[in-house]
Amino acid sequence: MKARAVEPEGFLITKEPYYESQGDEIILFESAYRNQIPVLLKGPTGCGKTRFMEHMAWRLKRPLITVSCHDDLTASDLVGRYLITAGETVWVDGPLAHAVRVGGICYLDEVVEARKDTTVVIHPLADDRRVLPIEKTGEVLSATPEFALAISYNPGYQSVLKDLKQSTRQRFIALEFDYPPHDLEKRIVDHESGIGEESAEKLVRFADMTRNLKGSGLEEGASTRLLVHAAKLMASGVSPQAACRGAIAQALTDDPEMLAAITELSASLF
Amino acid sequence: MSSLTPLTAAELEEWLDEELDAALSLRRTTRAPALALASLTRAKQNFACHWISVIAKTNPELAFHFASQVTNALQQMPTDDTEAWIIQAMDVYDKMGLYPAVAILTDIATFAKASENKSRSVALEEVGPVLELFLQALSGRKLKLRPNERTYTDTTTVYLPATLITLPSREENVRLYKIMAAHLWAQTWFGTFQGTDPQRLVRHCQKFPDPKYAQTLFHALETIRLDACLARELPGLYRELRTLQTASQKSSRWASYVARLETRDATVDDTYEALDALYGEPLPEPHIYQGALNGEAVAVAMGERLDQERAALQAALKQLLADKGPKAPPEGKKRFSVQTEQERAMVLMLDGQPLVPPPDVRALMHSIAQDLGEIPEEYLVAAGDGAYAPEADKKPEDVWKGTYHEDGAYLYNEWDHRRQHYRKDWCVLRELDVQPVHEPFVADTLHKYHGLAARLRKTFEALRGENAVQRRQKHGDEIDFDALVEAFADLHCGHELSDRLFTRNRRFARNIAVMFMVDMSGSTKGWINDAERESLVLLCEALEILGDRYAIYGFSGITRKRCEMYRVKQFDEPYNETVRARITGIKPQDYTRMGVAIRHLCRLLNDVEARTKLLITLSDGKPDDYDGYRGEYGIEDTRQALLEAKRDGIHAFCITIDTDARDYLPHMYGAANYALIDDVRKLPLKISDIYRHLTS
Repeated sequence: MKARAVEPEGFLITKEPYYESQGDEIILFESAYRNQIPVLLKGPTGCGKTRFMEHMAWRLKRPLITVSCHDDLTASDLVGRYLITAGETVWVDGPLAHAVRVGGICYLDEVVEARKDTTVVIHPLADDRRVLPIEKTGEVLSATPEFALAISYNPGYQSVLKDLKQSTRQRFIALEFDYPPHDLEKRIVDHESGIGEESAEKLVRFADMTRNLKGSGLEEGASTRLLVHAAKLMASGVSPQAACRGAIAQALTDDPEMLAAITELSASLF
Repeated sequence: MSSLTPLTAAELEEWLDEELDAALSLRRTTRAPALALASLTRAKQNFACHWISVIAKTNPELAFHFASQVTNALQQMPTDDTEAWIIQAMDVYDKMGLYPAVAILTDIATFAKASENKSRSVALEEVGPVLELFLQALSGRKLKLRPNERTYTDTTTVYLPATLITLPSREENVRLYKIMAAHLWAQTWFGTFQGTDPQRLVRHCQKFPDPKYAQTLFHALETIRLDACLARELPGLYRELRTLQTASQKSSRWASYVARLETRDATVDDTYEALDALYGEPLPEPHIYQGALNGEAVAVAMGERLDQERAALQAALKQLLADKGPKAPPEGKKRFSVQTEQERAMVLMLDGQPLVPPPDVRALMHSIAQDLGEIPEEYLVAAGDGAYAPEADKKPEDVWKGTYHEDGAYLYNEWDHRRQHYRKDWCVLRELDVQPVHEPFVADTLHKYHGLAARLRKTFEALRGENAVQRRQKHGDEIDFDALVEAFADLHCGHELSDRLFTRNRRFARNIAVMFMVDMSGSTKGWINDAERESLVLLCEALEILGDRYAIYGFSGITRKRCEMYRVKQFDEPYNETVRARITGIKPQDYTRMGVAIRHLCRLLNDVEARTKLLITLSDGKPDDYDGYRGEYGIEDTRQALLEAKRDGIHAFCITIDTDARDYLPHMYGAANYALIDDVRKLPLKISDIYRHLTS
């Protein structure tokens, strides 16, 4: 629970995070923010959802509080709980309550991973009431106009268990993210790693190839994030094939045949 | 045959006469094979006799040929290789019939040579799966891989040699496979056959006095162009390809054309131009990776595909329009258009607005553009009413009415216990829907068993994962105040303060996926079928309470070419009116080929994420099918399928009403994994009980 140690200013992003706009998502987010409507980010892993949030927090100059949801995350992990200090019980805010209090942007990453009861907690915050009732203290936190709620989820994992309920999703403005178009992705990889345009171009082509394999044994193709990883390795002197194997192929799959095919692809390309 | 002295020719002849009776005639006796076999050691004789009788059960004619060749084979090859030779011949027999199999048996020399070269030979079967992924990733239309004597592509399938021993080491041969495949892919991707006329190459070559030579020269020139394309697009592959190129002397007339073909914007038109100019020049030595060009096959495959895809695209566009709502089209205006962006990216536009087509339509557009270079305007017209709908002829239930084909069916191996090998892709399985029947069967059943249903509900409710509060935890959601007060008391007495002061809510989630496999064979007619359906109704009611994920499939079929799975309820389908009507509609069909059904359902179960996976079979008897799938053969195949299931972490359980089942079920399922029900009418009563025991 590191969050307690950091003051709201600590979440403030002072340096502009690098972000290349893919469409009108920045304008959409800004107007959603002004109109106090929560935002849902959809898209495959590693396509820039979290980076987008950082960028928006920097633009709007609000602290960003990110919660990575996992399957053991409960409502009290978000809202807060009593702790005992020096023979007394003390209430401690969870990240969501904290964000409401300081008027920050609360970003629940991969929200479908959390337990079902957590999504219900955000309901009163996500409609026009904009309140967070804290049962245990009897308090009702009312959000200031600066507070914003954003959640993300990956519709690619088609599991019955991991789907967002209609009652939840219909409270949000949805922004769809995908891997950036060819040229843009090339620019991003180059900018993030500094490997030069030619190698970035090849890496993006490599990513396109792995994305062609989606559904034939790969759950997902290589994400932009993986490309940046590989590019960084290459920029620090690792050979392209070793970088592709370590940063991309092995990260994508454990299946030996698939690994062999991906390794052949990188060997053909570089 | 237990002694060590070899059998005499006379003894062997007598035995062979008996085994091969069906294949013998006046002119064809077993004298010669018996004489040859007599020269072998007893161990080898036993080996040969074992396989003769195994093969004779499949086909006596094949066994006769085998008997005539086996001595020769055993003299040329070690026993292991001989066995591999037999298995290959049997596989070929299963797939292609008697004559190709006999050809393999007769041609021992080729096989012996191949097995001698085993250390460096590579079979397409080994590298095929990787190569297929490799080709698919390279982009473009999905290409199939098939073994063939000639190496070429018809733009749908890539044909490669079944084995490669061309190069001195195994690694090099694997690489050669990859380069061959990539080079054929290059033909389909860099536009060797692109254009509106699939016949172009054939027609163009026919203009020359020697069309065959013209096509070969065209191929040589096109290879120069494609190599240059590969050098630009896949430099790593090109480096490997360079080491395999054969240098050949070309006259000075070639130089300017080669230079032209190697430029970035060279197209197939430049190759045609070069062909016209260089016609008559001696052919350069072909590179070992380039294979052949088959203009005729391409013309057929492309012609068919263009028609199909045009119809499919037009039907898809019609669907897109229908989804958009009934808006009258602006008079005389084309509604669809395509904008091509960089890197072959295409955007489909409707009335000037970009549209996001579903993935299959996008794949279709790309495939068309790959053939034609663009999507012609006449393709972008939504199909009119009553237009030919391509999916209409692909309904699985219609497949048996017309000419039989294996498109879209699942192929499964079957275990042949006599050979101790799988018969590859032996069973052809299709999924069909059970015709829903809207009768008050479900309501009647629930009424009939209302007492039982209520009891079941209660017991299953008790099973359901409840929220349990765990006290005195080190971490948790809440403070355990009882523990806290106690701890402070302890502290004041000078004891140590316990750190177990929290309560934690834990939900014991059931994470179970169950597949019910229901026997729909003809023998279930009457009582058994009713009992099965009633059991399913009660089970579904109970499972809905538990929240376990479950699916129900019926199985039946007749012969290996016609195995059928009937979908009653899929995993992600809710238990609704349709499912109830399908349960009502379960009807007895044909035979009981269990192995393939188990394999198919395991494949479905493997796609489900669950901690516990169960496959529960409701059956009324032994595995049994029309084409010899009975007795030991059927039991052994079923057992093998169940072993495969176990390997995948699936627990199999069988509920049967066959009173003889004690003889074979323990062998198939293992002693504890079956239940016998002596009275059909008790099935609905028992089954829920069994399920409860199994999963708690």
